[in-house]
Amino acid sequence: MPQASPRGGDAIDRRNLDWYIDKGVQVLVFIGGVSGILFVISIFVFITKEGLGFLTEQFSIGEFFGSPRWAPTSSHNPTYGALALIAGTASVTGLAMVIAVPFSLGAAIFIGEFATGKPREYLKVLVELLAAIPSVVWGFIGLSIMNPLIIKLFNVPVGLNVLNSGFILGLMAAPIMTTIAEDALKAVPDTYREAAEALGATRWQVILRVVIPAAKPGLLAAVLLGVGRGFGETMAVLMASGHSINLPTSVFDSVRALTATIAAELGETAVGSDHYRALFTLGIFLFVVTFVINLTADLVVRGIRRK
Amino acid sequence: MVAAEPQARPLLEVRDLAIRYGDTLALSGVTLEVQKHEIFGIIGPAGSGKTSFLRTLNRMDQFTPSMSVDGEIRFNGRDIRRWRNVYSLRRKIGVVFPLPVGLPLSVYDNVALSPRLGGIKKKADLDVIVERCLRRAALWDEVKDRLDSLGSLLSGGQQQRLTIARALSQGPELLLLDEFSIAVDPVTTMRIEDVLKELRQEITIVLVTNLVQQARRLADRTAFFLTGECVEIAETERMFTREVQDERTRDYVEGRFG
Repeated sequence: MPQASPRGGDAIDRRNLDWYIDKGVQVLVFIGGVSGILFVISIFVFITKEGLGFLTEQFSIGEFFGSPRWAPTSSHNPTYGALALIAGTASVTGLAMVIAVPFSLGAAIFIGEFATGKPREYLKVLVELLAAIPSVVWGFIGLSIMNPLIIKLFNVPVGLNVLNSGFILGLMAAPIMTTIAEDALKAVPDTYREAAEALGATRWQVILRVVIPAAKPGLLAAVLLGVGRGFGETMAVLMASGHSINLPTSVFDSVRALTATIAAELGETAVGSDHYRALFTLGIFLFVVTFVINLTADLVVRGIRRK
Repeated sequence: MVAAEPQARPLLEVRDLAIRYGDTLALSGVTLEVQKHEIFGIIGPAGSGKTSFLRTLNRMDQFTPSMSVDGEIRFNGRDIRRWRNVYSLRRKIGVVFPLPVGLPLSVYDNVALSPRLGGIKKKADLDVIVERCLRRAALWDEVKDRLDSLGSLLSGGQQQRLTIARALSQGPELLLLDEFSIAVDPVTTMRIEDVLKELRQEITIVLVTNLVQQARRLADRTAFFLTGECVEIAETERMFTREVQDERTRDYVEGRFG
């Protein structure tokens, strides 16, 4: 008869330290996984709660989405039209993507498909370093380098505008997009490249006909992540866009972004005031937009994969 | 009586070929010729240099930076190392890899890729090529109703025939097969072997195989590679009838090692 140990079980079947470590790690990992969901839900609940009063009392869809007049501090007639802010964010993000998409995809293709050995490693590290530059530093570059440059180059009175902030934002988004796009290209097996080259395809034909189609979900995810980054970026846009309420008609118009508005105004409002709650409504809107972008990215990627 | 045709120039002439990976010699002193419309078999155990040899024939050695090649390879009398447009050389040489590589395209696009790269755009022309190549690879009947589904979703044996169809679609003069049956069931292997026998009338085939009996079934002549050396080249039947020149060849074909 095997001897029963004090902890239960016997000499052969006993829960040892490894067993308890395994259980412990499982619990920790579970908490980590669930906390992600918990945080997202509680953030959404918080901003909804803060903005809800405005949504139910003052909010009018027509004014919010239709009017460019954002004047919450006006003493006699406060208005809450977010159209100009939405247009500001959209124009800056749009220009940023026009700049960042070709640059980042080009960089990813160069790093992933053409560069080899040492230069490739250096380039990868440099791109990742670029992604680590704080956004306030980018804003500083926009303010002190791009601003005078644009004034001089295009002979316009103000250099803080859609062009400046879009350019800065494009440079900011490009490194992270490059990294993700390069990962997507690297995930394409080399056997595909060899098989296509054995058919007599040139390097470029291999990339265009085989590698890019195979990496499409990852490349799309990279682009959409860049869009999300552009929508959410605050400090650099605040510093480089001019921060004046405008419906832009050219890239030389100053604009104001949704995020920058919240950042600049929230500190000066009384908690619970109409203005405070209106800013939280902007927050809800931003949250919903980025959520939809991410969801779209996810669905697009899944859809392609299933096909 | 018609006078015997003068010996035509070999399709492939290899002289003093040596292949190195960095400083390591993988294969050396290979001199051989492959005649037109011949199935040339290469047998030998793993690590004998068979695959390395095959890869140099259409300059796929370029894919491996550490690989260097010395010696001379002539294709239709031209030195392939002096070929100025390597892509035009590769278009004349089809390759079938050990593990089937169905490109992540539809069955149709897999076969139409090479003709499209060659500038053929008309759907009707492509349709003809795709059907002909799939028929020749004995795959048409199985896939004709799902030409639009992904090539990489076919079974292993079907994918391997798909790669053969794809290799044929470029209209090659030479077909290189590298252990094509490694991931294919015996029945499909026999079907592919029948396909190869028929193809011999139109093209030349170099067949690397680790199955000695496969070389015996298919090859007109066979070379035996062993640890980086070409031990023997002979008419295939002679190799299997004890008329070998080297003890090691006999030991290998009789299954004493390898």
